[in-house]
Amino acid sequence: MTLEARDLTVRFGGVAALTGVSFAVAPGTVTSLIGPNGAGKTTAFNVITGFQRPTQGTVHHDGLAITGWRPHRIAARGLVRTFQKTSLFPGLTVRENVLTGLHLRGRVGVTAALLARGRVRDEERQLGVEADRVMDFVGLGTRRGEAAAALSYGEQRLLELAVGLAAGPRLLLLDEPASGMTASEKMAVAALIGRIREHGITVFLVEHDMRLVMGISDRVLVLNYGRLIADGDPATVQRDPEVIRAYLGAGAHAHP
Amino acid sequence: MRRLALGIGLVIVLTAPAWVWNPYHLHTLIMAGIFAVLALSLNLLLGYTGQLSLGHAAFFGIGAYATALLSVKLEWSPWLGLLAAIVLPGVAGYVIGRLALKLRGAYFVLLTISFAGCVSLVSVNWMDLTNGPLGIPGVPPVEIALPGLAAWSLRTKSAYYYLVLAAVILAYLLCLALIRSRVGRALVALRENETLAASVGIDATHYLVLAAVASAAMAGFAGGLYAHYTRFVSPEVFLFTYTVTMVIMVVAGGKGTLAGPVVGAVLFTVLPEALRELTSYQWQMLLYGVLLIAVLFFMPEGIVPGLRRRWRPS
Repeated sequence: MTLEARDLTVRFGGVAALTGVSFAVAPGTVTSLIGPNGAGKTTAFNVITGFQRPTQGTVHHDGLAITGWRPHRIAARGLVRTFQKTSLFPGLTVRENVLTGLHLRGRVGVTAALLARGRVRDEERQLGVEADRVMDFVGLGTRRGEAAAALSYGEQRLLELAVGLAAGPRLLLLDEPASGMTASEKMAVAALIGRIREHGITVFLVEHDMRLVMGISDRVLVLNYGRLIADGDPATVQRDPEVIRAYLGAGAHAHP
Repeated sequence: MRRLALGIGLVIVLTAPAWVWNPYHLHTLIMAGIFAVLALSLNLLLGYTGQLSLGHAAFFGIGAYATALLSVKLEWSPWLGLLAAIVLPGVAGYVIGRLALKLRGAYFVLLTISFAGCVSLVSVNWMDLTNGPLGIPGVPPVEIALPGLAAWSLRTKSAYYYLVLAAVILAYLLCLALIRSRVGRALVALRENETLAASVGIDATHYLVLAAVASAAMAGFAGGLYAHYTRFVSPEVFLFTYTVTMVIMVVAGGKGTLAGPVVGAVLFTVLPEALRELTSYQWQMLLYGVLLIAVLFFMPEGIVPGLRRRWRPS
């Protein structure tokens, strides 16, 4: 298992956002985490990527405990996330956003920046080539000079994916990558997630759109009130009576 | 066209001491250069990393006192003093950067203000070391000793003009080299979106400390130059006005650009002096304020980005 969460509990004062949640994400799969609003999905992501320390429980990546590590260290290990609310470097261009995402692929530090300009030039050229590849991959190749803030909403969400991919993930955690998108944009994102997986990147997905989730997931985890209530392949989970009661029956389509 | 303008500008800057015959005008230009180094240094933190230091005069003052004390009390060579004026403020910058682990925005501002307040109080009250409010007179001028020749001490204003000019160019190139690399992108990432920066593997603490050290060291060097130029250091170097002036220069010139702080420094050092000669004292400050507000009103992002936008409409 590439990612293993054991007995995760997160309490904010008296409120339990997660209670004794355990699950695993198998390498090479698309695994989805679903559940009604406030079920604890984003909290689970925050714990895995180091933005939130669990009250109890551990997170292992390839057998190594990464609980409580700082986010940048977890990213350096190959666990990269995107955010539920659009999160970019708004003042920079598309290309600069992706170049910034490529931080971990570079090696130049202060000394080299000041004294070894030749090395800086080589690195900038390599990163530039890499940035072009990532932008073409997500379909933003023609928008590279545009300011991130000037992109359409759908394009901004694609750019988020590009920035995440640039960081070189082994496990990519996507927090509602298709929320607020039109139907055709959603289809494009689903296809993109498929292609990301073909590149050998494991995908862990939080998503509200049932059709999207069921169509692309190998495995679905369901959270409700901070507890894991189902864990299995999409067809099994869809038939699970508790899931239907908790989620599918009550407002599954309330969230566009 | 651009080359020609650059060439003409360069000739004007390089020959200034030859045709600026009024020593006071030359003094103003030297101060503009010292402020340009300060503004460039503040811009690393404010413009690129996105954190406002309102204690920047502290680094300037520590640099000035470091070299003054070492060259007066221990009779070190001014060059070694200038080195200390880089290293000691750099260490102070390191401490500030580490303390700012989780402090951003307003809290970072408060941290830097308090730091400057502390250092200023030390300079006034540690009489044995600093002479308190009396200050340290008799700071020696910088000397250039070439092998086989007698030492040449830079006592003239025109010699200092070139020394400061060299410092401005050096500071500019340092900033340029940092910004045009992966390091610069990491700094900008902290300004633009620190959470996203962390999630793509950028160590915020590392880069914030780095920016603080580089910025403080540069400001300290400006302080060292100032001490050897004016030959006198007193607690006045810690005045809050210095910090405010630096902020005005960076913001009005164009924060987050390389040319902005330099343009801001020259303009806002020369402008008050020009207004002083043209008008009386009351009118000088009033006009200065009105002009500053006008600049920020018409070019809120600063003079350099504002002019760029006008000249190169996309």
